[in-house]
Amino acid sequence: MTDQTRATGWTRRHFIITVGAASAAAAGLASLPGRAWSADDAKTAEEEIKRLTGGKELADGADVISLDLPQIAENGNTVPLEISVESPMTDDDHVTAVHLVADGNPRPGVASFHFTPANGRAQASTRMRLAKTQNVIAIAEMSDGKAYMTQAEVKVTIGGCGG
Amino acid sequence: MAKPKPRIRVPKSASKGEVIEIKTLISHPMESGQRKDRKTGEVIPRKIINSFACAYNGKEVFKADFHPAISANPYMSFFVKAEESGEFEFTWIDDDGTTYSKTSKITVN
Repeated sequence: MTDQTRATGWTRRHFIITVGAASAAAAGLASLPGRAWSADDAKTAEEEIKRLTGGKELADGADVISLDLPQIAENGNTVPLEISVESPMTDDDHVTAVHLVADGNPRPGVASFHFTPANGRAQASTRMRLAKTQNVIAIAEMSDGKAYMTQAEVKVTIGGCGG
Repeated sequence: MAKPKPRIRVPKSASKGEVIEIKTLISHPMESGQRKDRKTGEVIPRKIINSFACAYNGKEVFKADFHPAISANPYMSFFVKAEESGEFEFTWIDDDGTTYSKTSKITVN
């Protein structure tokens, strides 16, 4: 298992999670041959962000991105989230994508939204699962190639990844 | 498992240039691939809606990629600028390749 080589220096807990996740991925691959490399292979938020953005520089997005999340989520199974990005949403200047990453979930990828100027407003809502108290990271990619990042902490009373 | 049922809320009419909110939901367990069967201890295989898209008169205007961290019965709301009368088509894609879709007509004055 290639994950073991990457586990160097990790804690025992991380290692157990990784091996568990890898076997889950193997089970998934068995039923879905030929699946492309996806968020399911990213084990850390850093890896996932790099996969999504290609490692481009991320400017501080606190003034650009509004990430609306509860400070305390009693039920981690369904945490409401609203994201909105300041942008005129014209053909020349619009948000192309927003990526959401949860740094404390066994798989950090949450969702990516792909916007077009036809949206008129770069705003979207969904509901997500959070396994424990953690940071939710939002990255906005713009039509001019710039990217911004912001994050918010959610305290989770009852985790939502089941088990 | 019950057949996933898509539900949408789209205004029936809008004035030209108005930015309208679209709300969507599809009944689906979004099995994360992280849970274990309590009796057998085996991991329950992942089965989620991994993609959602909205087309406005045949042109894709919004798309979302979902990962297992999206809650069961995935909810998605977003906005579209009403430019012309026509049809919205919403499509959800399941891990098993099944697609679910629903359409809605809009009159733009």
